[in-house]
Amino acid sequence: MEPRHVSSQAERASSPASTVPIPEPTGPAPVRVEMLSQPRFLSGARDLVSAVSKRCGFDDAACGQMALAVDEALCNVIRHGYDRRPDGKIWISLWPIEESGKEPTGIKIVIEDEARQVEPEKIKSRDLDDIRPGGLGVHIIQQIMSRSYFEKREKVGMRLVMLKMHNNR
Amino acid sequence: MLEVNTQNAGGSIVMTPVGDVDLSCSRELQGHIKRALEGKPKSLVVNLEKVPYMDSSGVATLVEAMQIARKQGTRLVLCGLQDKVRSIFEIARLDRVFTIASDVQAAAAS
Repeated sequence: MEPRHVSSQAERASSPASTVPIPEPTGPAPVRVEMLSQPRFLSGARDLVSAVSKRCGFDDAACGQMALAVDEALCNVIRHGYDRRPDGKIWISLWPIEESGKEPTGIKIVIEDEARQVEPEKIKSRDLDDIRPGGLGVHIIQQIMSRSYFEKREKVGMRLVMLKMHNNR
Repeated sequence: MLEVNTQNAGGSIVMTPVGDVDLSCSRELQGHIKRALEGKPKSLVVNLEKVPYMDSSGVATLVEAMQIARKQGTRLVLCGLQDKVRSIFEIARLDRVFTIASDVQAAAAS
């Protein structure tokens, strides 16, 4: 069983869903892929996330929603992080969350890049009453995932951590 | 490349994109819609029955279309939303902003 810790995400979480701690898997991800910052590869990333989520016990609707959350995260990296540059590297890592050591009770998904860094607290959802094109990605991620937060990577780039539990706690 | 079928009848346009609408092709859809709106049709029905998936770049394209349509007096109606597509409109709370019909016939009657 992988080591895991209950992080102090409560302070830095951008998803408002719950304050119940989620045990976060650590260590090497059992699934990790690298892709370039090209929109044509989004559908492959969605398929991967949907398939792994299914193996973690989520129903089709939840799998589809998590694929959407990852799509939105990747779009943000491609558009805002890399300014649509096609040669930026993006990593998608997935861990099942196995609290009892048996069947997964959730999934952890991490998106990392080497794009320009921004202060995590400046990454916010916009006011939805202001009807205009764009700016929905962070809101969609927050609505779908049980918890999510951004952080700067150690030297370069950003990291988005997303956690989804079966009971959406 | 996104396939988009367009039918024009009596000053009303029915546009039917085919396939997933994400960042790789939302600009193509935007181009099709802008060209359709340039003629200031009475109505533009965007039939999404053949779109199994849409992300927020597709939604943004439709929000922009709605804003242009309202300014020029064109009635914009969405129809045929599949579950995944309806879901993103609900998450973004845009299901209350757009006129949404079940199918093309209902859109024409709405």
